[in-house]
This record gives sequence, C-alpha cells and structure tokens, in this order.
Amino acid sequence: MYVYDAFDRTLVNERVAEFRDQVARRLSGELTEEEFKPLRLMNGVYLQLHAYMLRTAIPYGTLSSAQLRMLAHVARKYDRGYGHFTTRQNIQYHWIKLEELPDAMADLASVGMHGMQTSGNVVRNITTDQWAGVAPDEIEDPRVFAEIIRQHVTLHPEFSFMPRKFKIAVGASAHDRAALRIHDLALRLHRNEAGELSFEVMVGGGLGRTPFLAKTIKPFLQKRDVLSYVEAILRTYNQFGRRDNIYKARIKILVHELGAEAFAKEVDAEWQSIKDGALVLDDAVVTEIAARFSYPAYKKLDDSPPEFLAARRADRHFDTWVGNCVANHKVPGYAIVTLSLKPEGGTPGDATAEQMDKIAELADRYSFGEIRVGHEQNLALPHVEQRDLAALWRALDDIGVAVPNVNLVSDIISCPGLDYCSLANARSIPIAQELTRRFHNLDLQRDLGRLHINISGCINACGHHHVGHIGILGVEKNGEEFYQITLGGKADENAKLGDLIGPAVPYAQVADVVEDIAAAYLELRERPDELFIDTVKRTGIEPFRERVYAAR
Amino acid sequence: MPLVENGKIVEDRYVRVDDAGSIPERAPVIISAKRFLADAATLVRRDGSLGVDWPNDKRAAELAPWLGHLALVALNFPKFRDGRAYSQARLLRETYGFRGTLRATGDVLRDQFSFLVRAGFDSFEVKKPADARVFAEVVARYSVHYQPAADGSPSALRRRVKAVPAAKSGETV
Repeated sequence: MYVYDAFDRTLVNERVAEFRDQVARRLSGELTEEEFKPLRLMNGVYLQLHAYMLRTAIPYGTLSSAQLRMLAHVARKYDRGYGHFTTRQNIQYHWIKLEELPDAMADLASVGMHGMQTSGNVVRNITTDQWAGVAPDEIEDPRVFAEIIRQHVTLHPEFSFMPRKFKIAVGASAHDRAALRIHDLALRLHRNEAGELSFEVMVGGGLGRTPFLAKTIKPFLQKRDVLSYVEAILRTYNQFGRRDNIYKARIKILVHELGAEAFAKEVDAEWQSIKDGALVLDDAVVTEIAARFSYPAYKKLDDSPPEFLAARRADRHFDTWVGNCVANHKVPGYAIVTLSLKPEGGTPGDATAEQMDKIAELADRYSFGEIRVGHEQNLALPHVEQRDLAALWRALDDIGVAVPNVNLVSDIISCPGLDYCSLANARSIPIAQELTRRFHNLDLQRDLGRLHINISGCINACGHHHVGHIGILGVEKNGEEFYQITLGGKADENAKLGDLIGPAVPYAQVADVVEDIAAAYLELRERPDELFIDTVKRTGIEPFRERVYAAR
Repeated sequence: MPLVENGKIVEDRYVRVDDAGSIPERAPVIISAKRFLADAATLVRRDGSLGVDWPNDKRAAELAPWLGHLALVALNFPKFRDGRAYSQARLLRETYGFRGTLRATGDVLRDQFSFLVRAGFDSFEVKKPADARVFAEVVARYSVHYQPAADGSPSALRRRVKAVPAAKSGETV
C-alpha cells in the first residue's frame, strides 16, 4: 500500500473545496452546463443517459480495506447500492446527484481517494499489473514508478488540456497483465544485456475506431530519466497532436502520421534540453516514494500445507476453485486469490455495497487488509495464507464471488454500453448476461479453456473488443443494434488485434454466433489443451467464418 | 476584457497594432508574429517596449533568438481546451530563459489561472470581469503542487527529500 502523507491529503482536500465551489456555481446558474463540463470532467464526473456518473481512480489497482469500505459507503449513501469496476482500475457510480457530488467526494477524500485524472484530456489513472508486488515473475514492484508518474501528472499545469486523453500503464513482469501495448504510453521494466534495470518505452497504442498497438521508441530508458522522458513525450504530443478532429487526436495518430522514428526524434530533441534538470529521479527521490509503500510482514511458511491439500482432496468444488482462482505468490505459503465479479446473469464488474463490505472484512482477516482491482474487472486478495484458503473460499462463496470462471468464457470484459452510456450505439451488458447463461455449465467452460470475450457498446472500445479472443462490437444500423465479431485478439505480451469474421449480426443472434464459434473450436482444435487463441492462430478465421455464416 | 497582473486588475499600457497600422514611436506595442518576423532586425532596434503576439501553432524556438529584445510575448488560447500555449510558455521561460512579460490571451477563464501561473504566465487578459475580480483568491486555492514547473514552486518530491535543494536552476523563472 502507498501511504498518503500530509502533502497528498492537502492536495485532495483542496481539490474537493474547489469542486464544491464549482458545483455551487453550476447550481446557482453562474456556470452554464457547457462551462461546467470541463471542470466536472477534470474530477471524473460525466453526464450520462440517466444521471451524472462519478468515476473514482484506484491508482494501479491497489485498495486498502478502509478504502473499499468507503467505496461501499458511497455506493449505499449516494448511489443505488452498487459500484462498477472498469477496465482501467477505476470504480464508477452511475446514479449520483449533482448536489451530492461534493459530499461524496469529501467522503472519498477522507481515505485518500478522488476522481482526479479519471476524465478529460489529461493523463488518466496510471494502471499496472493487479498482482504487482506479489507476482513470482516480477522484476520489481512497478507501482513505485506508477506512483511517481501519478504524482507528477496530477493537476499538471502544462498537460491538463492536451489534444485528447492519455493513458499510461507500467509493467514489470515477463507476463503482461496490464495490457501494455494498448496504451498511449507504456513502460516495461526489464533488464538490458548488462543486467541493468531499465524501462522499455512504447507509445501510440490505443483501441477506438483506429486501433494500434504501441511501438517501442526507446528500448532502454534509465530509471533516473523516466520523468523527464515522459515529460518530453507529453510536451511533444501537447504541441503537435491533432486538435482538428476528435477522432484523430490521440497520440497514436500523431505517432502513425509522423512515423515512430520521427516522433522519437522529436521527443529526444526535447528530452535533451530537460533530462538533467529538475526531473532527474535520483536514488533519494525513488527511495522516498518506495519507502511509503508498506509491505505485509509475511510469516515464514511452507508451500502446500497439509490442511490445504487435505481440503482440496475432500471437496471437489474447493479443488476446482483453487485450480481456477488461486495463483502462485512470490512468498512461500501464500497465494493470490482472484474474486470473480462475473456471476451467471450478472453485470461484469459490478459489486454491491454488501459485497464490498464483506470483501473488506475478509481482506482484513486473510490478506493484510489489501485488495486489488484488475483490468479484467475482477478483484483479488493478494496475500492469503494457503492454509486459510478453504475458509476464505466458503466466505467468498457466501457472497457470490467464488465462481470458478476466471479466464473462462463467462469471465467477460464489458463496458456499460447503452444501458448507461451516452456514447454507446448498442447494449453490452445484456449480451454479456445472455452469454453467461448460455455457457453456465462449468464443465463446458473448462473444456473450452482460456477464452476471453470482450464487449464494447461503441467504437470507443471501452470493453477492449479488439484484443478479445472473441471481440464483440456494438454498432447501429438503421436504428437497430448490430454486432461485429472479431477473433484472435489478445492483450498480453504478444498483443494482437482481432480480425473481423464477416458482416455484423443482429442483437438476437450474438449469443448463437458465439456458441457456433465455441463449437467450431471444439471440432477444430488439435488437442484438448490447444487453447482457443492458438487454434485461431493456426487455422486463421476462415473455418470460423464458414461455420458462423453458413447457417445464416 | 480586464487585464490582471500581480493579482490585480490593471490598465493595459500596451497598444495592439494591426499589420496595416503604423507603429507609434516609443509607446509599448503588441504586433503580430507575421509582422515581427518580416522585419525583426529593424523592429528590435526601435525605442519602446515591443510585444509579439505568438500563435499557438508556431514553435517557440523560432522566437528564441529575439527574446532578449522583447518586453512581452502574448500566447493565445483560442479555446480553453486548446492547451498548446502552456507548453510554449514553459519552453519560453525554462528552455529559452525569457524574462519579460508573458501574457495569456483568448479564452482565459477562472479555472485555468493556477495552471497559467505555474506555466510561467504573469499577465492575463481575462475573458469575464467576474473571473478577473477573484484572480488572487483562485490562484491561492492550492498550497501544494506535485510537479516542478515554471513558477519556481518546489515539487512534492523535492520537498519530501529534504537533503535535495528545493529548487534547482531550471525550476525557477
């Protein structure tokens, strides 16, 4: 956990005071909605189809139990008793009243939470691996640099009115759990040939109507230079990014139009003039931030304690859950537990206030009071003793978050879609819900194996459909909802954009089409352990296309 | 449009001269970048304060050779959402060392004041009189800043690490 000091608290409280004044001016009519819009957007407040929506940042996906309890409180007091975890490590409340917003924000501020950098044309919430600090394959905790960058770009005087939003992710593992290459800017900690730690810098990734994977513009950036180099990238983008067309304003278009090499040259020229200035990250500064991350006092334990093994043998359901939801921890005797927020018929990423309270309690009891939020819209308890897993499982099952469907076909990533969002062309949530019903049989899900479905209700691609193994994009045709289906996308270290399999299909046929695709896979795979994504890679999309459209 | 300097509404001593108009002797004037660049060598020898209105799509570097002769540079915000001039301002102040008056013009509204000050502006053509009147109060809203910028206030990182000087060269105006 990063522990806020007086400095961080002062800034957040001053922000609430400022927003209170802005809301008062809006309510009195001194500000028009048009004038108020950019101000509310800088605090994560959107106006959606039915109400204002408040988006709150969960920097790099780390929450304390006190923070999660406050999220539950806000859901209960100001919303309709639930919150929605997004694909960018934020939580959204969809039913907030304007006049209550300042109080909701003040409540959040009391635990160091806020909506700064969650909307508007600024650097958005910095995301990372939800297993940061506990993953066995990690080089170093990426959250230290995520926090350094978060602080630097918060209310940045130069970069609060950029051409468009700017998303940064930081990773530090061999396996990419942060979807690095779909970000405007991604930093990946790795070792160079001499064994020194440095960052690979990738720019220009993003989905939306013109999807691109980020390109590497600097393979080795020293830690001391991270802030100055990020500043040079942002300054280049702020000056030269397109502002004539909102759909061409993201940095990916600038990088594409200039070419990655020319863009890198422009950045480098700017960087040379600032790299040895005030932004140098000397060891003292990095150590200071790193020291404010507190780590649990782990016990000395052995892996696979007998009571855990006995519980696995005794209960098939527990054993299944362990196989699906429990991952290795870097410390012996501990485990990382994923809590599925994807129950049958549910809305992906939604959690009720009661669930949040209970999870906070379980985090206190079993996970050093810490909870993680992943971009797949699930939660995790990052430090659970293996011998506590059976008791934890029963408690999680009681509140419906122990469905062993993590990474399976019903673990769907979805945006809110037309049920809430004013940008959407089509519904997303009911598609997800229907699919979880079609694939409710867990044996079938396990037989299908790892299979990511991503659903977006419009071309803005908040559901990351381009990088879903099966991507579903809602479009509007003559006033009706249609859906384009892509296959073969992925967001990991071998990131790839999916390929469109054919004409869009109407709302009522989407679940049938996905069932056809799943059936085709079962016939096409060479072995039971050939994953869906590998079969698509081997066969191409043609046999799937034939299967889907032959019958239609 | 009220002009704010040093936190107060003041009279504008500069006269804007359009590209066809004759430039009065000795009086402080602001002329367009186009007119200035067409005859910069002559204009900088003129007696009297010279200001240049620099559009937000022109590189600040082009102005760098002349900065020592300019009393004022006006940077423009065609819409408050168009933030290019923040970068120009920081470049002029921090990279090219401009010490004259840096004026913000255009869609300059209350909720940008803090950002503008921190980017190095010290003169503000404020769009709404009500905003101009509360300038000093608004820029005092934030007592702490995370990042170093052109206004010389130390960053949180530096303030926390006491061993490191609060402001190095390049951090101050």
